[in-house]
Amino acid sequence: MKKIAYIAKYCHIKGNTVSLDQDILFKNTSGDLGDFMKSAYKHFAIEYPKFFKMDRLSKLTFLAAEVLLGHPDTSKEDWNLAVVLSNRASSLDTDRKYHESISDADNFYPSPSVFVYTLPNICIGEISIRHKLRSENSFFIFNAFNPGFLKDYSENLLHTDKADEVLCGWVDVDKNSYEAFLYLVSSTGKSVHTEQQLTKLYRTP
Amino acid sequence: MSRAYLSYNNIVSSLGFDSTSVVNQISDEVSGLVPVHNIEILDRPFYASILSQEALNAVFNDLPTLSSQTRLEKMMIVSLEKIIKTSGVELTNRVGLIISTTKGNIDTLDEDSKFPEKRAYLDALGLEIQEYFGFTQTPIIVSNACVSGVLALVVAKRMIAQGSFDHIFVVAGDMVTKFIISGFNSFQALSDEPCRPYCKTRSGINIGEVAASVLMTKDKNLLAEESVEIVGGSASNDANHISGPSRTGEGLFRSITSALKEANLSPKKIGYISAHGTATMYNDEMEAIAFNRAGLAEIPLNSLKGYFGHTLGASGLLETIIGMHSLHRNLLFASKGFQELGVSQPLNIIKKTTPKELHTFLKTASGFGGSNTAAVFRKI
Repeated sequence: MKKIAYIAKYCHIKGNTVSLDQDILFKNTSGDLGDFMKSAYKHFAIEYPKFFKMDRLSKLTFLAAEVLLGHPDTSKEDWNLAVVLSNRASSLDTDRKYHESISDADNFYPSPSVFVYTLPNICIGEISIRHKLRSENSFFIFNAFNPGFLKDYSENLLHTDKADEVLCGWVDVDKNSYEAFLYLVSSTGKSVHTEQQLTKLYRTP
Repeated sequence: MSRAYLSYNNIVSSLGFDSTSVVNQISDEVSGLVPVHNIEILDRPFYASILSQEALNAVFNDLPTLSSQTRLEKMMIVSLEKIIKTSGVELTNRVGLIISTTKGNIDTLDEDSKFPEKRAYLDALGLEIQEYFGFTQTPIIVSNACVSGVLALVVAKRMIAQGSFDHIFVVAGDMVTKFIISGFNSFQALSDEPCRPYCKTRSGINIGEVAASVLMTKDKNLLAEESVEIVGGSASNDANHISGPSRTGEGLFRSITSALKEANLSPKKIGYISAHGTATMYNDEMEAIAFNRAGLAEIPLNSLKGYFGHTLGASGLLETIIGMHSLHRNLLFASKGFQELGVSQPLNIIKKTTPKELHTFLKTASGFGGSNTAAVFRKI
């Protein structure tokens, strides 16, 4: 008998607003994405200098995970929380930046600290380091949020005992647009983990 | 829970355009790595395995054309076309498509590219492949650094097991570009000579380009003679560093342990290991630690990077396909370039191609972002 999975909580970061479940936690409409994320970092009193070395996709993912999971819980030594993330633009935000650094022979400055972020799964690595998640992880690309696939895949991880819980969702940064929708799939929660429910939560607020 | 079998397969590479030709070359210890002098890519010569554009076009131009395809799309289409045709599988809504790539059409960012920048989006690449063949289902694109190719197989296994699809075509590809070469060079990870995984005097990686594809199916009537079953798979993070391998091999160790547990196999039952072995100092050392922790020190092991270089998002699938043929031929392929062990823990590196009765193999990969994946395959 398969156990029922629930959406324990969810976090949106879009339109310069951070929300957890129904509640808006932080809003700052002045400035661009970089300024906004810096102000959110301060607002949530995160002390993690490595944050400032991350690219925009990793910063966005990091903030959403921080809001959803809280500051790292040191008592959870071996939290078997899988991470399944997805987006459309992959790492193109940083790919463009890196590409610019190698496009002009007279101004050629490839940097390993930029190049490493030219992979979408680096943001999974960043939150795995922060929350000590030595667990199942994968990054998928779709043309839009794909609740059907994410539901099937994360429930498979739960049903095959590969994971106890799953941090799942959509994190996309592309030129001037961005969006994060992360949620925690667990054995308890207010709403049942269905494709319809995920679609509904993704579209709200 | 349906079982999942790997069946018809293809490799498009500098060593040939079908799996049999490529495996024959490996069996003879022929490498596809050649010196490349191209100042457009790097200001000094480097070793790589490069697909001939003329050979690719010659094959591609024999196929029906729907729209203008990029180089990588051509590679993937040529590879996939052969196995779709051979399998005879009709592309209904029970047939999935999984695409594995790290950088996709990254060359379309170049100013002189004849393709618009929107082709650099991986979903655009997916749509091209989907529409070319008429897949009815949205492609699932796996982009998880250097573990993508083997992770795509683990994902496919899970989708088949849970009944999402009856058959899944998995295609993987990446190219040698200035983007990639300059990036690895900035890490000072690029070797000036053919790479030598696990060797004392190893000097870094080479990059290569291939497209590879396989049919994964639950249908035992659709098997090829080299078919294997995928019996376990796992992808665990190091949670240690985004570009440096873990000193304890934690993520790889966990991936292997979880895959073996799912396969219900003890380490001693593994016939051989198709390891990642990029020939960088830190990666190979990390693997040696992880394999020893997992009780696999005595299992014959190779890295195939000495034949193709590191083919990024394609490497895991490419190397799994060669593993299938290794099992079928009961042949352990030499870990090309290896001379003398240069890691701190014992490993049983395959020094020359040797016959051995084989029933199972373990495929592993590790990459940036602390990613690791392991999968176990068994003869049917």
